[in-house]
Amino acid sequence: MFARLHKNKTAQLVLGLLFGICFGFLLQKGGATSYNVIEGQLLLTDFTVLKLMLSAVIVGMAGFHLMKHFGLVRSHAAEGSIGSNVIGGLIFGVGFALLGFCPGTVAGAVGTGALDALFGGMIGLLIGAGIFAELYPRLRTRTLVWGKFPAVTVPEFLHLNLWVTVVLMEVFMIGFLLVLGYLGL
Amino acid sequence: MIDFLTQATWSPYVAGAGIGVLSCLAFLLSDRPIGCSTAFVKARGLISRIIDREKTEKKEYYQEIIPQVDWAFMIIPGIVIGAFVSSLLSGQFRILWVPSLWGEAFGYDPVPRVIVALAGGILLGLGSRWAGGCTSGHGINGSIQLSLASMITACCFFAGGIATALLIFRVIGA
Repeated sequence: MFARLHKNKTAQLVLGLLFGICFGFLLQKGGATSYNVIEGQLLLTDFTVLKLMLSAVIVGMAGFHLMKHFGLVRSHAAEGSIGSNVIGGLIFGVGFALLGFCPGTVAGAVGTGALDALFGGMIGLLIGAGIFAELYPRLRTRTLVWGKFPAVTVPEFLHLNLWVTVVLMEVFMIGFLLVLGYLGL
Repeated sequence: MIDFLTQATWSPYVAGAGIGVLSCLAFLLSDRPIGCSTAFVKARGLISRIIDREKTEKKEYYQEIIPQVDWAFMIIPGIVIGAFVSSLLSGQFRILWVPSLWGEAFGYDPVPRVIVALAGGILLGLGSRWAGGCTSGHGINGSIQLSLASMITACCFFAGGIATALLIFRVIGA
């Protein structure tokens, strides 16, 4: 439906900036551009980040699959592997805790005046991305494809109907947030 | 309305729901999941290209993720601007070298904090590209699409992050 818009490079450049601005605004308002909040989540003393992420997924999952049902959007879900997603995810996790931000929130923190995010985080991310570009030819054919996951999506993995999976996931996530609230976390 | 925009923080449920709507709009209008780590590859590629154009263009990774200023690149300057505007409206903008949680455990000298942040940034850059996405690309937008790989990746982000944070603050800084 928006195929022409998707191909319009100038419009997409502007949209990218606008999506970024709105995302940064919401991250700051949600508290996720603060080192104390993110590190507090990793120390399990402040659950703001999890509440923010789960709320986004609860709304987004329903919206995305409704739009997909009507042919307005397509899925970008790709095959994964232990070598890529688990190893990469754990390396990311260590960096996440050392820096106290992730690649999006570090940019948000810079916007709020955090200089450790600018001179440590942003510079580090540029260096890390460069290291990966160097390693990529060696990783691509071996490590990154090692231990491929048996399915691309959760319903395929569980052999469940798409909408049953969506409803189960929504119930699980909302239930999780209610339990967090009930426990006063 | 103005009061709402100048509030110091919003409930994480409200801000999160807003991010969910935003993610849907990005799929609809741009046919893309909102991700943040690709921009750093593009920026890095653009810097490398200034230093040595031929060598950069030969690199396999930069042939897949082309270093150019495009949608995925613009997300990052956008986030900086959006968070800047929001923090001004919230009255939360302040120039800061050392956050208080770190300062109370390890002191307010900026040098150790920046060194650790730099090490963290390097691992974050490496790990996000290794896993093919970040907390937003995998954690939020991959999960929205019910991607199995994204949900496993998000669990690994937090498993690695929680273990490391506990080590830093409960063992080393205790």
